[in-house]
Amino acid sequence: MFVSMNWIKEYVDLSNENIEELIHRFTLSTAEVEDIIYKGADVRGVIIAQIKEVENHPNSKKLHLLKVDTGSEILDIVCGAPNVEVGQKVALATVGGRVCAGEIGKATIAGYDSYGMCCGADELGIGEGHTGLMPIDVDAPLGTDIKDVYPIDDIIFEVDNKSLTNRPDLWGHYGIAREFAALTGKELKPLDLGEIIYSGDKTIPVSTTREDLLYRYSCLEMSGISKNRSPLAMQIRLFYCGMRGINLLADLSNYIMLELGQPTHAFDARKIDAIKVGTPSEAFNFKTLDDVEREITDNTLMIYNDDTPVAIAGIMGGLDSEIIDETSSVVLESANFDGVCVRKSSSRLGLRTDASMRYEKILDPELTLTAIKRFIKLLTSIDDGAYVSSNLSDLYVQKYPEITLSFDKKYVDRYTGIDISEDRIVSTLTLLGFGVKLDNGVFTVTVPSWRATKDVTIKADIIEEITRVYGYDNFDISSTKSLLKPVRRSVNKDEDASIKNILVQRFGLHEVHSYIWCDGKKYKKLGIEVENNVRILNIPTPENGTVRNSMVPTMLSFVYENKGYADTFGIFEIARVVKGLKENGECNERRTLCYTLYSKRVSEKELYMKALSMLRTLCTEVKHSEPTFAKIAPIHAYQHPKNTASITVNGVECGVINTLHPTVLGKLDKNAAVACVEIDLDDLYTATVDPLSYKEPSKFPGIDYDLSIVMGAGNRFSDAESAWTKLDLENLTDVIVTDIYDNGETKSITVRFTFSSDERTLSMDEVQASVDKIVAELNAIGIELRS
Amino acid sequence: MLENANALKAQFEEALSKVTTTAEIDALRIEYAGKKGLVSSLMNDLKNVPNDKKKEAGMVINQVKQFVEEQLKLKTEELIKLEEQRKIDEAESYDESLPTDLGLGSYHPITLIQREVEDIFSSMGFIVEDYSEIVDDYHCFEALNIPKHHPARDMQDTYYLDNGQLLKTHTSAAQNYIMRKYGAPVRAIFPGRCFRNESTDACHENTFFQLEGIMIDEDISISNLIYFMKTMLSEVFKQDITVRLRPGFFPFVEPGFELDIQCTICHGEGCPSCKNSGWLELCPCGMIHPNVLTYGGIDTEKYTGFAFGLGLTRLAMMKYGIKDIRMLNSGSLKALSQFTDK
Repeated sequence: MFVSMNWIKEYVDLSNENIEELIHRFTLSTAEVEDIIYKGADVRGVIIAQIKEVENHPNSKKLHLLKVDTGSEILDIVCGAPNVEVGQKVALATVGGRVCAGEIGKATIAGYDSYGMCCGADELGIGEGHTGLMPIDVDAPLGTDIKDVYPIDDIIFEVDNKSLTNRPDLWGHYGIAREFAALTGKELKPLDLGEIIYSGDKTIPVSTTREDLLYRYSCLEMSGISKNRSPLAMQIRLFYCGMRGINLLADLSNYIMLELGQPTHAFDARKIDAIKVGTPSEAFNFKTLDDVEREITDNTLMIYNDDTPVAIAGIMGGLDSEIIDETSSVVLESANFDGVCVRKSSSRLGLRTDASMRYEKILDPELTLTAIKRFIKLLTSIDDGAYVSSNLSDLYVQKYPEITLSFDKKYVDRYTGIDISEDRIVSTLTLLGFGVKLDNGVFTVTVPSWRATKDVTIKADIIEEITRVYGYDNFDISSTKSLLKPVRRSVNKDEDASIKNILVQRFGLHEVHSYIWCDGKKYKKLGIEVENNVRILNIPTPENGTVRNSMVPTMLSFVYENKGYADTFGIFEIARVVKGLKENGECNERRTLCYTLYSKRVSEKELYMKALSMLRTLCTEVKHSEPTFAKIAPIHAYQHPKNTASITVNGVECGVINTLHPTVLGKLDKNAAVACVEIDLDDLYTATVDPLSYKEPSKFPGIDYDLSIVMGAGNRFSDAESAWTKLDLENLTDVIVTDIYDNGETKSITVRFTFSSDERTLSMDEVQASVDKIVAELNAIGIELRS
Repeated sequence: MLENANALKAQFEEALSKVTTTAEIDALRIEYAGKKGLVSSLMNDLKNVPNDKKKEAGMVINQVKQFVEEQLKLKTEELIKLEEQRKIDEAESYDESLPTDLGLGSYHPITLIQREVEDIFSSMGFIVEDYSEIVDDYHCFEALNIPKHHPARDMQDTYYLDNGQLLKTHTSAAQNYIMRKYGAPVRAIFPGRCFRNESTDACHENTFFQLEGIMIDEDISISNLIYFMKTMLSEVFKQDITVRLRPGFFPFVEPGFELDIQCTICHGEGCPSCKNSGWLELCPCGMIHPNVLTYGGIDTEKYTGFAFGLGLTRLAMMKYGIKDIRMLNSGSLKALSQFTDK
């Protein structure tokens, strides 16, 4: 929103104030100022002059040769404007002066000398569109500097609309002037309002069928209007505040909206007999005054004349009842509609107007009458033939209750942490329009109507009023006196950190971040189906509307996109997936770790084994316990039918390791290997952490005994392992695999058994006896020693 | 006998002079000084020497023996030195400048910044909490005093799910959970992923990270809030930070503030980073709204508190000079693999 300092100064005396500093304080105490614009800085040496003679240019159809009286001399001026007349007063930029386009010098135009330039509004920066010379509508002696009669010099500042969302009172200059009054300690001048003087019996009936959506509807008729152009000074002000001059009544309506924040609408009185406010029983089309046909749904609040729709409440009037040049009598609407209804209608229609923007903020219904009185004052002062020609109709449906809040100084002190004096509290609140009584240390504060629609409702809101005007920069700051006590990081945070550190620092994986939904297009490229799951209702790209139930496809898409990065790499992420709904209907959101390895250098088997060893390391570091694996049937189509296994840690099944189904791998990269691990961290964290166990090393030397066992394709190492674990041999203290030779059909594995005792050195015979038992067990399950 | 001894000595000298390798000297040692070597057999010959000459012959033989051993030792040392020198001469001079594969992994920049910030808060006694990404209307809006018809609830900003839940739009959604879990007094932060239904470009993402913090205790004041924010941000930016507060409206705080920091690049002079204003709008904050405390089961007569939000994504972008926010969720290793530090 643009704010004119000239306008503000009409309501608060800022004569001895540094304006820029004040605007800065406004940012710190009220709302953010985004820009300051110095209007009129480009205009200099422009005076009021009068055209004395007009002659057509002999060589040009467009140009005229003028004799212009500056009050002290007659100048030759070549002028291109179409609307030149003898006797007309013009704004003349003299030689040495300046307009927006630059300095004015003596010029020769099409062979004739010109000693200055007759200006249009655009050239003076006070209007737009090149419509010819600007008519002068004030009576001032020739030679008067134009800036002495028109408010061309002004400081305009732009306030960030977002920072005004909660301040309906700041959507007009008068409200902003009140802030400046509070910031400077100066008095806010009252508004100059007109009186409703009418003695006839005409009253426009007003009724509503939607008392829930209409707060107040005030209107009256004014007649005898003969002028249709607003004063230039008013047009300049409107233009500086971002609006365009249209005609007197529209300009007045805009002016009052910019001044008070209250939108008004003038209907051609010939079109209005009785106002009804309501919602239509069914959808229909309606042409708004911008000549656009719009679809009105049954939840859009409308204004009707009897049964004919004439305006969309709070948004825009209709074309049929628009004021036209011949309009001499208007019905002026000044109403207050439900803000949410206006906002929703406006967004449904895709039509956000200056009026709807203000209604959205929930305006003070008390304003409707003020706006009408202001309208009367302004209209009658501009057009002395205009008069009130009906009684005031005022349907006040919903009135906000008066809010009174009580608190003591201690409450303020506790909230602020500093000492703001009672006098200061009283004066700040008073300047902001609050009613304040201080009795025995208790403040009783009445909230003014313009702050009471939603903004100030509780004591804490008053704290904001006091402190923001006091200035946060003026606060003495201090540390809290809170009790010192140790804090612990939550367990999963620590485990997360360990897992990330191991994967990054030990295994050189790269951490990535991804989206929580399935990317349909990317999945399709890899031949992965989006599986049914919870859906996002309003995602703009429907193919991404399903929340993922596994992170693996996301990681595979990343692998696919990074194929050019390196021929071997691994990526991981800790994020969330949703595994359907819980019994209570909420999403079963799971914290999940997924890592995926990719390589063109090693075989799939090697890569799978690497993924396994990483997993063993992770579990050993985090849980001091190794995971176990069991082959399972694929859960998702992209998993390999043979090489998909569940992961169990300390009895908790918490994840899956797999290679890819050839279909998916073929699409991803037929010359590479991929292995994926996905762990449900919420499950993993429920697995117990084994204590770190320590055993004093034996003082007696141990005996190592190597056995090379041969296993067929059907055998798993865990089968062999069970052979010696089952025996539970007392002196078997360690078993490690020292060599694996795999010819594709059979595996030859060298296992080193270490035997030792805490009490003595074992004899070779004892060891041999144990080994014999192991061999016998192995043979029993069909595992032979290498010959 | 004497002749034999002298001849052996000369013969040894002759042979020794021809030796060039440690292998040859080892052979020579066996030939002369070995148990069955020439010197020993000379000793054996001593028994054939007449008794009166035995003493003299013995001395001579001993001298030869000593001589042979001495010479062998010297020559061996000399040869070892020579051989070492040859190894050095023949050795390859390695190129330290050749690149080696570090096999380095990388952390996501958000993890790096999050750890940094979490450490700072931990050191100030804050609990670091975690919260779900999918929440309900109550936690995301209602318990935060965001009324039913607030624009923030409109479909265009929030991703709603078909089971009635939604993707959390801000980390503030965890406030109620934290208050209920810990009660008062409490100080806690909760970083997390947030979602907004908006179109993405270099500056906007629909999925991003925030960090929310709350501190609730008896007599927590605005003065405390400003002090804390200044201290905390000075730690984050590792320099003394000047802050300023402006009124800002957020339904869950009252009063609410927009906190600006003086631009860390131009120190308030005005530069492109701060759009010439000298200030960077950094974190919304404020005194927790009494309604929010009440929703959280906290006695507003006894306790007050403040809350603040930090854009982790924004901080990461500032810290690492990331110009396009979309890089963060792109999975592109060309970009992400650069974040190798701890």
